[in-house]
Amino acid sequence: MESNKISCAAIAKIKEICEAHNNDAGELINILHETQNTLGYLPREVQVEVAKNLNIPATRVNGVVSFYAFFTEKPKGKHPISVCLGTACYVRGSDKVLEEVKKVLGIEVGETTPDGVFSLDCLRCVGACGLAPVLTISGKVYGNVDPKNVRKILENPEFTK
Amino acid sequence: MEQNKINISIDNRPVSVNPGTTILDAAKSCGIEIPTLCHINLEGTCVNNHPASCRLCVVEVAGRRNLAPACATTCTEGMEVHTNTLRVLKARRTILELILSNHPHDCLICRKSGNCELQSLARKLKIHEAPFEGGEKSCHELDKSVSIVRDMNKCILCRRCETMCNDVQTVGAIGANGRGFNTTISPAFGLKLSESECTYCGQCVAVCPVGALTEVDNTNRLIKDLANPDKTVIVQTAPAVRVAIGEEFGLPAGTIVTGKLVSALRKLGFNYVFDTDFAADLTIMEEGSELLERLKKFLDGDKSVPMPILTSCCPAWVNFFEHQFPDMLDIPSTARSPQQMFGSIAKTYWAEKMGIPREQLVVVSVMPCLAKKYECGRDEFKVNGNPDVDYSLSTRELAALIKEANMDLKSMDDSDFDNPLGASTGASVIFGATGGVMEAALRTAYELYTGKTLDKVEFESVRGLEGIRHASVNLNGFELKVGIAHGLGNARRMLEDIRSGKSEYHAIEIMACPGGCIGGGGQPLHHGDVEIINARRKAVYEEDRNKPLRKSHENPYIQQLYEEFLGKPLSEKAHALLHTNYFNKSK
Repeated sequence: MESNKISCAAIAKIKEICEAHNNDAGELINILHETQNTLGYLPREVQVEVAKNLNIPATRVNGVVSFYAFFTEKPKGKHPISVCLGTACYVRGSDKVLEEVKKVLGIEVGETTPDGVFSLDCLRCVGACGLAPVLTISGKVYGNVDPKNVRKILENPEFTK
Repeated sequence: MEQNKINISIDNRPVSVNPGTTILDAAKSCGIEIPTLCHINLEGTCVNNHPASCRLCVVEVAGRRNLAPACATTCTEGMEVHTNTLRVLKARRTILELILSNHPHDCLICRKSGNCELQSLARKLKIHEAPFEGGEKSCHELDKSVSIVRDMNKCILCRRCETMCNDVQTVGAIGANGRGFNTTISPAFGLKLSESECTYCGQCVAVCPVGALTEVDNTNRLIKDLANPDKTVIVQTAPAVRVAIGEEFGLPAGTIVTGKLVSALRKLGFNYVFDTDFAADLTIMEEGSELLERLKKFLDGDKSVPMPILTSCCPAWVNFFEHQFPDMLDIPSTARSPQQMFGSIAKTYWAEKMGIPREQLVVVSVMPCLAKKYECGRDEFKVNGNPDVDYSLSTRELAALIKEANMDLKSMDDSDFDNPLGASTGASVIFGATGGVMEAALRTAYELYTGKTLDKVEFESVRGLEGIRHASVNLNGFELKVGIAHGLGNARRMLEDIRSGKSEYHAIEIMACPGGCIGGGGQPLHHGDVEIINARRKAVYEEDRNKPLRKSHENPYIQQLYEEFLGKPLSEKAHALLHTNYFNKSK
């Protein structure tokens, strides 16, 4: 069923991570964390490989990956964008900010731009409610975002370098 | 007052229970049925689902602020429980209304209508309005495999199927995916069942409270074939069907209706009504001979002989080891299942005898099983694309068809199967219960090996409901060690022991379903009542006692089949028609 779409290096890396956790299925979440940190995302082939190492069904790995918003099955952009939809940001119009980001980049939430520069996600509160509405790009927080300024933020040349 | 008992009151009735008992079980013990949609516990087997997810079993406990889920709350001394206060009834109604808000309201045309636990509960609670809007968000595609249909729009996330597939069967084909409204129980990565490790055992279907998991319905195909004058349509019925189908017509569980079943099948229009039991006797001849042959080589010091030998009657079990233990494909017996042996003999020996061309002969099976539907379609059981068994109906489908044809099984007269493929012994009928194939094999193997006649044909030690059982039989001074496992989780344990060299058995019987075929995925739904399984089990052994012949090798029509056609067990012809190969299907 599975073609070997992932590299031998990735397979070796997954094996190493699983072994570091004694191939213990109880460590699945930690293993997936490390695997995602190393490989960037968790495509189907990677999940199958993790399942094989831990000797558990792929359904169980996929169940965990698809449950937690932190895990992603698609590659993230070079600069991941997160728009806060927490209460404070929402009442100050972050839904409009989100719409504007979608419009400017031409992608939906959970997707990545074709050039691989940006990916778009939502989150609930980054702890900067005083700056609402906020979005983050590669972990950097942008506060008091006006939908009108979104294009300017995204066209910053440092992102396309 | 008994020592070590916990005394509580439920609806003002005093109840005394063992420590650790849940309120749900305590209530059940005094005849109070608290409704639940997720809980299921087949006591004495490993089937137990208790996620406390549906919340319908909430009750009021005096002194407790919130309502307690009865299935997940253990009784404590002096506890005062109320199951029908205004507060409980209102909460239960709201919970049910919320479940219904995300469930299609197409009961009239639902496959599960009339047998749906959600529908029954909605009727019991008199839900006539849908106060919560905004549901029915899910729009999943129908996933139709050759055996099982998944309609996830109807799923209420009770997790019973997930428990069966993962904890009981250890197959891991389906599990929860996503979260919130997007949660589905599905194979990994949203694949179809046919692309997963599914064995088609049908245990998920057997416990699904709603219409989310049902079987592929072959009834209409059968009705068309029966009406076609150019076709000769014959039927075989499995051992476990005759002790269960009566339930669908209001008879108590465990009522034996063999004669009535034969009459009903004849009235439906089958040209010949035969019995899978005949093929079960044939299976014993082949599988028993294979056991003795392997054993002889093994005892002569040939260490290349794979031991132990495993039975191969159960198609879900075959799927299981093909998917999960591809390194051990040489261990199971090569004998085909009784269903396939029947088809093979019917379309060769019998068809030639009767002068019926293969393409005009339709072989239908009635099985307690959903994996049999898959088995019919396996390529190795076809000749030039024409399958040995054309298709299979479950016990439930046949019951529905009998009703649709305006017949009542209860009022049928008794009649006998047609010969020659309808003749059978008591050894074959016990195939329906876990341990039965082994017992039947022992009856024949003992007599063939020792040349002596058994004083007592019953091997009580292989009977029972325990997940893994073992026994030893003295064959002229040689201790033959046999094992029995039912439920694929237990089968896995057996296989892992064999793989690691820890197994001491010479022969092992494995059945995929808890209880064996009597608890199969195609049987009338037990709705969590283990007494139904027990009653069917007793009936199978009673049917065995009622038979004049009780050893497969004494079946005169089996003897005739070998004389006229096959030669002897394991002959070249027998190998070609009655044995098979296994394939590595690991993902």
